[in-house]
Amino acid sequence: MRILRAIFGHGSGRIGGVIVGVYLLIAVLGMLGLTPHNPITQYRIDRLHAPNGAYWMGTDLFGRDVASRLMAGVGQSFTVAFFSVAFATLAGTVLGLAAAWLGRRWDGVLMRLMDVLLAFPAILLALLIVTVAGPGTWTSVVAIGIVYTPIFTRVVRGPALSLKAREFVDAARTFGSSSSYIVTRHLLLNLVAPLTVQVTLALAWALLTEAGLSFLGLGTQPPAASLGLMLSDSRNLMETAPWLMIFPGLAIMISILGFNLLGDALRDILDPKMRRAPA
Amino acid sequence: MIPLLSVRDLRVGFGRDPQANEVVRGVSFDLADGETLAIVGESGSGKSVTALSINRLIDFGGGRITGGAMKLKRADGGIFDLMTATEPQLTGIRGAEIGMIFQEPMTSLNPVLTIGTQIEESFRLHRGLTGRQATAAAKDALDRVRIPDAARRLKYTPNQLSGGMLQRVMIAIALACNPRLLIADEPTTALDVTVQAQIMALLAELKRETRMSMIFITHDIGLVAGIADKVMVMQSGKAVEQGELNQILDNPQHPYTQHLLHAVPHFANGRATRVDGQRDKGASTEPALKVDGLVVRFPLKSSFFSRATGAVHAVDGVDFDLMPGETLAIVGESGSGKSTTARAVLGLVRSTRGSFTVGARKASAAQSALPVQMVFQNPYASLNPRLTIESILAEPVIATGGRVDAGTRARMASLLERVGLPRNSLERYPHEFSGGQRQRLCIARALMLNPSVVVLDEAVSALDVSVQAKVLELLVDLQREFGLAYLFISHDMAVVERIAHRIAVIYAGQIVEIGDATSVLAKPKHSYTKKLIAAVPTIDRRHEHFELDTRQVPSLVRPQGFEPDAARWEQFGSDHMARVEG
Repeated sequence: MRILRAIFGHGSGRIGGVIVGVYLLIAVLGMLGLTPHNPITQYRIDRLHAPNGAYWMGTDLFGRDVASRLMAGVGQSFTVAFFSVAFATLAGTVLGLAAAWLGRRWDGVLMRLMDVLLAFPAILLALLIVTVAGPGTWTSVVAIGIVYTPIFTRVVRGPALSLKAREFVDAARTFGSSSSYIVTRHLLLNLVAPLTVQVTLALAWALLTEAGLSFLGLGTQPPAASLGLMLSDSRNLMETAPWLMIFPGLAIMISILGFNLLGDALRDILDPKMRRAPA
Repeated sequence: MIPLLSVRDLRVGFGRDPQANEVVRGVSFDLADGETLAIVGESGSGKSVTALSINRLIDFGGGRITGGAMKLKRADGGIFDLMTATEPQLTGIRGAEIGMIFQEPMTSLNPVLTIGTQIEESFRLHRGLTGRQATAAAKDALDRVRIPDAARRLKYTPNQLSGGMLQRVMIAIALACNPRLLIADEPTTALDVTVQAQIMALLAELKRETRMSMIFITHDIGLVAGIADKVMVMQSGKAVEQGELNQILDNPQHPYTQHLLHAVPHFANGRATRVDGQRDKGASTEPALKVDGLVVRFPLKSSFFSRATGAVHAVDGVDFDLMPGETLAIVGESGSGKSTTARAVLGLVRSTRGSFTVGARKASAAQSALPVQMVFQNPYASLNPRLTIESILAEPVIATGGRVDAGTRARMASLLERVGLPRNSLERYPHEFSGGQRQRLCIARALMLNPSVVVLDEAVSALDVSVQAKVLELLVDLQREFGLAYLFISHDMAVVERIAHRIAVIYAGQIVEIGDATSVLAKPKHSYTKKLIAAVPTIDRRHEHFELDTRQVPSLVRPQGFEPDAARWEQFGSDHMARVEG
């Protein structure tokens, strides 16, 4: 509750919070099927209608309601983005902290492994994993998660290494603090700022990667909707039916904006230096 | 006669509303040709801002000059108004007429360019010299600041030179165009005391040779005696006292000046050393800490696969003991191994050999709940910025397996009160406290576990003189109250003089002299101790020549398996011995 109040007391946090809140609502409605029309029913006579009273965002080549598909797609895309980023954050933080804290051989081995993963272009690596494991929502989650793990590992390891050499860590050692205490209290707590920034960025990338995978037919399987899939379907009809592209495109853009604003706000709120007298 | 520089009612502010945030509030002074003005003050007193305003570098630091007048007499006799000058005009003045040297020689030079290139730059800009001519001029400039073997040193990059050498290079650059005014902003603060003495000697000599004027900014009033003609003491943006050197040093009027002068060391006569708790030879108390034959070596490896070819002998056979309620100061310059000794005692670095006895217990390395605690140098880095003071103070208790209960909280509150911090500190974060307060917090944290020995590693070095004095007082009070033994690591003789019962002088990883503080300070026996003490600036030495001693510290890198010779000691008096020099 305190965090929520702080977010709404923060300039960009308010905007970001509202955007993300609206998206979450849409996602829930979409997943519960509470859409104006059925997102996969094909109204054959209403193909490629421009936005109008009945179809707010028009219809696609098969006469499906774009607004309804968008709602379902947001649900689908967000699920993939959230879970894959959560996976990457968790795995990356653990690996990064392990590399920094254990040092020496562990550091060498872990970071070379991450270098190998980073050497592949993101989409190619995701493709490889999905091809091996078979397409589907949860394989996309794992694939995208693995792809972004090395980035988190690096983001965590660098600052963790410098924190490890700080005097308050030395001080903790002189008290005889346990490694787990030092790692969680002195390292992890000070990594909140870089991690929040990274998470908001990664959410945006994950949305795009999911879109890419779906575009290649390995993410969300038709006829189910996802933002990326809708965008890729719209490509050939760009000139005749621009609404097919505009609405999913806008949806992705605004959501990324929302995440970034919210991330900025969180970074400020979690920094004790920015904390004013308790409200 | 028109002064070289005349400053009237200078006011400088920062931020969006410079008038409201004035850092310099009405400073006036005149500087005649060939005269040296020393500006003395603590951090935040406005001394550096005043200096940076003179060549208008303050414009780049976010400051705004909000009022006053500054006039510079040019070489041709014309008067140059520094207040209204445009940036292109000022560029012509900076370097050519007003030279400047900064505090940190390590960061003032570009690390990827040779020092030759960087000196030539100055000649190229202001005198239009190029090619051979510029190189020759650069070599002359290095000769002038007494850098031996100048022609070869031109090809060095900054990382190949020591701090003292780099500061000489900075001086060479500043003097390249024979400026008539040199602004030196704490030019020796980052340097060791013996190097500081060399730089001060050099500046005094150059001043005589070139007849230039100088504005010398420092926080250490002891330094001004050797160089200044006039002194201005600043406190919170105002000049609280200014006048001739002798008048200020011998007959200070303002209480703040008196306070600053009080903090200057006087050990020639041993006036200020502590008299309580002299060591009693007859008593057979157990030492609180006993260190025997401590050796710390860092093996050198050229790559991952090759074997160690040698080792850095950071600490090479150090023994001492420390009685309860006693302060042993370990003094030495950077790289002497004094901090390594402290860190080895706490187990922060692994000792190669040696043993520690804490109380009755023998300990090979730091174990949890060792009754030894440490206070670090930098109060800004030694507290986790994301934890509340309560969590910070709770950490030692949690670390030793204790529970944070009402008793712990009561102890936190009483310790906070004891070190002089407000009651409501517990819920606050470190950034809400000043440097001195943070150091008090660190002391409170170190005392949470009731240690018998506290290691203070340069614990007051980062603090201003007046804050330093209060923290030292607190330390002495706490020592009496809890019977603490202090291992006090410091490079600052003025501080050591005030807190130490005994002093160990460490040089190149070995103790060269150890004994009763009064005796060591007043009658040093080892040549290094003598040199160290002679280098400490005191106000009793007016315009005195410093001897230029350019002896380098020997390399601590030794071949694999090297063992130093056993030390031979010569005893002077009951508690004072020095290593026999061979």
